Amino acid sequence: MSAKDDIVIIGAAETDQLGKLPHLSTLSLHLEGARNALADAGLTPADIDGIATVQTPGPVAIGHAMGIEARWLDGTGVGGTSFLFHVRHAAGAIRAGLAETVLITHGESGRSRVDAPAWGRSPQSLQGQFEAPYGVFGPPTSFTLTALRYMKETGTTLEQLAEVAVAQRRWANKNPRALMQDLVTVDDVLNSKMIAWPFTLLMCCLVTDGGGALVVTTREKAEARGYDKPLVHLLGAGEAADSPMVSQMPDLTSFGAFKRSSAAAFAEAGIGHSDVDHLMIYDAFAHVPIYGLEDAGFVGRGEAGAFVAEGNTSPGGRLPMNTNGGGMSYTHTGMYGMFAIQEAVRQVRGEAAAQVDGVERSVVMGNGGMFMAGATLVLGKSPR
Amino acid sequence: MPPPTKPAPVPTPETLPFWEGCAAGELRIQRCTSCGKHVFYPRPACPHCSSTELEWVVSDGTATLHSYVISHRAAPGFAEEVPYVIAIVELPEGVRMMTNLVQVEADPEQLPLDMPLRVVFEPRGDVHLPLFAPAGSAA
Repeated sequence: MSAKDDIVIIGAAETDQLGKLPHLSTLSLHLEGARNALADAGLTPADIDGIATVQTPGPVAIGHAMGIEARWLDGTGVGGTSFLFHVRHAAGAIRAGLAETVLITHGESGRSRVDAPAWGRSPQSLQGQFEAPYGVFGPPTSFTLTALRYMKETGTTLEQLAEVAVAQRRWANKNPRALMQDLVTVDDVLNSKMIAWPFTLLMCCLVTDGGGALVVTTREKAEARGYDKPLVHLLGAGEAADSPMVSQMPDLTSFGAFKRSSAAAFAEAGIGHSDVDHLMIYDAFAHVPIYGLEDAGFVGRGEAGAFVAEGNTSPGGRLPMNTNGGGMSYTHTGMYGMFAIQEAVRQVRGEAAAQVDGVERSVVMGNGGMFMAGATLVLGKSPR
Repeated sequence: MPPPTKPAPVPTPETLPFWEGCAAGELRIQRCTSCGKHVFYPRPACPHCSSTELEWVVSDGTATLHSYVISHRAAPGFAEEVPYVIAIVELPEGVRMMTNLVQVEADPEQLPLDMPLRVVFEPRGDVHLPLFAPAGSAA
C-alpha cells in the first residue's frame, strides 16, 4: 500500500489517571486525553484538521476548546464502540482528501458524573415504551439478558463465564494502572455480590472516570514530519449495526455486528485467524468476549467458554486477550472502546504494561449500546 | 420527596393500537399483508419486504420464556419488587418482547427456559402493561 493511503496511528494516550476523578468534567477528560495524545505524536493543535468524537461534548466543543479549525468533523455516537467507527471513518476521510490529520477523543465522567448526560430516555422512545417499564436499570440488566439463552443453546456453564473474569484479572495483575489487580478464582467470582442473576459483581465491568485520544494520519505525513516512534498501521476495519433494543436482537446467542464487522476487517486486512497475535474484545460483561471469540470465528460455536477456561486467552496462552485487564479489571468509563484501542496500540508498539512477545498484528472488537453496534479494527506493526 | 414511580410508556401514533389492545385485554401485534410475516415493535412498514400494508392481529396471549435475568438492584420504582425477573418472551408468531414475569418466585429453579407463559395486563400510568405469568398459574 502506498504511503499516501497507508493509515497510521501516530498518537495514542489516556488521561493521566483513571478511576475516580471528580475534579475533572467530561470536557476536561476529553481535553486531557487529547493533550496527551498530541504530545505522544509530537504535534500541536495547529497540526490537526479533523476531529471525531461522540456527542457530549461533541466535535464542535472539542475543536472550539482546543482552538482547532477543523475541516472535517464526525460525531458518530453508537455507544462504546464509537471510537472504532471514528478510526475507520477517519481513514476513509483521509484517503478521500477530506482531512490530513484527525484527532479522536474520548472522555467520560462515568463514576463521578460531572457534566455527564442524564440516564434514561423519553417515555415515548422505543426503549421508553418497550423496555424501561420493566425495570431495566442500565447495562447490568439489559446487556446481560442474552446470556442464559446462549448458555442453554451451547452448553456453556456459569463457571466458564466466571473464567473470563478470572483470565482478565491475571492480566490486570501485571498492570499497575489497572483498578482491580488482585488475582481471583472462579469461586471468588461466583460468590461476589449478585447483580442480575446469573451475573455477579465480578462478571460486570467497572464504572470509572477517564479518557483517551488518538491521532490518525498517513504514513506519508508521518514520515514527512520525521516521526520516530513505531508506526501502528490500520490494516483493516469494519463496522455494522444489530438492533436498537436488546430484546429485538434477531438471535440472542450471537452478535451480528461482531460477525459482519470482523469479516469485513479481516477481508480488508487480508489476514486469517492464525495471523492474529493479540486480541481486544470489549468486555462490558463476561459473556461479551465469549460472543466475540465465536462471532469472529476464532473458535467454533459453543467452544469459547472452554477455550477461555483452558487458559488460551490468559498470560502465556496462544491468543492473549484483553491484556490491560479489560473493562472488568482495568477501567470502564461507560464507552470503553477507546481503551481497547489504546491497549492494542501499546501492544503493537511493544510498550504495554503486560507486553506480549512479538505482537505483529492486533485485532480490536468493539460493542456499542447493548449489542447495538459493533466494529473491528486490525492494527499491525508493518504496512499491508 | 415522594418515592419514584415505575416508568410508564407514552404511546406514539404508530404504537397506539398496541397500547389500546393491552387496555382491552388483547395482545395485538402487526402482520404484513404482503409477505405474511409478523412484526413487533410497532412500525409503519414491514422490515422484511418494505410494504406499508401492515394489519393488526390479536395474538393468543401465550408465550415461552426465551431468556431472562433476575435483577437484585432496584430500578426507580422497583424497590419493593427486588429481586424481580426481567425476561424476553417469544410469542407463537415468532416475535419477541421484553416483559416482567409475575405470579412466580424469582428463583432459577422455577424458571426453566422455554417454559410456557400467558399474558396478564397491569395498569401503569395511562396504559396497561403486558406482563407474563406461568401458563398453569391461576388467572
